[in-house]
Amino acid sequence: MDETPRPPEQGSGEPSEAPRRCEACGEEEAVVRLTRIVNDEMVTMHLCDACAREKGVEGPAEAPSAPLTDFLAQMGDAPAPRGPAASPDEACPFCGLTFADFREVGRLGCPQCYVTFESYLRGLLRRVHGSTGHVGKVYLPPDPSASELEKRLEALRRKLERAVEMEDFERAAEIRDEIRALEPQEQRP
Amino acid sequence: MSFDDILPVPDFGLGWLDASGDHADVVLSTRVRLARNLQGHAFGPRARVNDREAVLRQVQQKIPRVPLLADAVVAEMPKLEERARRLLVERRMASRDMLGEPGRGPLRATAVLLGASAPVSVMVNEEDHLRMQTLFSGLRLRDAWSLIDRLDEELGQELPYAYHGEFGFLTSCPTNVGTGLRASVLMHLPGLVLTKEIGKVLQGLSQVGLTFRGLYGEGSEVVGNFFQVSNQTTLGKTEEDLVEHLERVVRQVIQYEMQARVVLLRDAAQVTEDKIWRAYGLLRYARSLSFEELMNLLSGVRLGVSLKLLPGLRVYTLNKLMIFSQPAHLEEAAGRSLPGTEGDAHRAAYVRRILATEGAVSPDDESSGAGPSMAG
Repeated sequence: MDETPRPPEQGSGEPSEAPRRCEACGEEEAVVRLTRIVNDEMVTMHLCDACAREKGVEGPAEAPSAPLTDFLAQMGDAPAPRGPAASPDEACPFCGLTFADFREVGRLGCPQCYVTFESYLRGLLRRVHGSTGHVGKVYLPPDPSASELEKRLEALRRKLERAVEMEDFERAAEIRDEIRALEPQEQRP
Repeated sequence: MSFDDILPVPDFGLGWLDASGDHADVVLSTRVRLARNLQGHAFGPRARVNDREAVLRQVQQKIPRVPLLADAVVAEMPKLEERARRLLVERRMASRDMLGEPGRGPLRATAVLLGASAPVSVMVNEEDHLRMQTLFSGLRLRDAWSLIDRLDEELGQELPYAYHGEFGFLTSCPTNVGTGLRASVLMHLPGLVLTKEIGKVLQGLSQVGLTFRGLYGEGSEVVGNFFQVSNQTTLGKTEEDLVEHLERVVRQVIQYEMQARVVLLRDAAQVTEDKIWRAYGLLRYARSLSFEELMNLLSGVRLGVSLKLLPGLRVYTLNKLMIFSQPAHLEEAAGRSLPGTEGDAHRAAYVRRILATEGAVSPDDESSGAGPSMAG
């Protein structure tokens, strides 16, 4: 491939340097320097995240070293990150990870972190995944409560419908067995 | 623990080599992995030794109750010989991170569970407590998902997963949260690269929520026109949707690749055929090969096999050459380390030996009778 996505330029945080505008849309701040070889000549463009993606560049968000860190750093530089940002000192009561730590490493410390930084994460997840709600498998813990059981059954019924739609009858039969095994006795015919 | 101790595991990450799956000439392998964490412990990067030990202990205690992991071998990274660890990485069953920092070795209580009755493996105490995965030949996303789904059900009944009503399965990195699912397909796309259409295709992938990486996953370079295509997001769609979407797009990419090959043969038949036979010739006779050069030559030969220009050579042989000519595999065969350029010499010798017995037959060799007989 003749395209070399580069991470954001070093030193872009210097106060003396005005933020560079994206050369494609002219609106957003440029965060990606795209260098291409066109007709044996090197052409460099400065692009915002959205335009870079449109040009098929794996932006800094996917840079191999510490993808999410770059992404978070960018969000920090952006004028108004969506979702309330937590204070840098706010720490998870279970593992002690601070919000500043998270911004630095891009990894959460423990399951409790998702509760501690919930409102901030909701904004982040929406940007990363385009959604905040899990619609996949519903986990059934080793000793499930009645409501956990019901949620799981609902998900399995959706899965069953889908398998039938896809005419995957072998899979449908398996799911039906799973449902039967979980349904309370009185509901069975 | 040496490599021989883990060898008895059937398949052992090599089942896919047989090229039995759909489109096995273009799609080398299908991989599906799920990331899961246990309640009550810090995630991998923040876990202390006692966290990791507790997680591994908990997992080990439950293995006997997990049918798909019956008789699984528990390969604890620090207890493995150094070369055996690298072999696991080269077979894509352990991540490079699990080798640990240079000079310090792997972290305590990091392990890989190797399934004995099914082609599944589980990394323990990697970035997430559990990363279970399976590897299939060719394009077999649904089968791979269904197997790993089953393993997840079996493990989830025994181990208390960290799960959030809204966010789903919780992971160390928010880019994996929700389903924790990464489905990836290793594709060989020389036609698209040679016709310079690949840029458009890769651009298209990112527009439909997919991403691509090199052979060894995150952070690795693309060599030999091998691209690992996978889902980018893990939240907001069901596992089935993610897998089906990937499959649909991959089938489309296969079609583009086939069209590109038709164009190559139509507009540049001589150049293409020459490239393929030159690649074969180099592999057949070279005395020194770096891994990267090998991958590039294998790409040419693979294209030739796929286009039926190299009769007698099988995709299986090419898959085998790719895996067994990696550094740790060569060292394992030699029974010692191969410093400096020794590895390149061993690689070339291995490739020559395999191609001498499993190699292609040139139509010219058959008809003209020229060649080896001149030596006598």
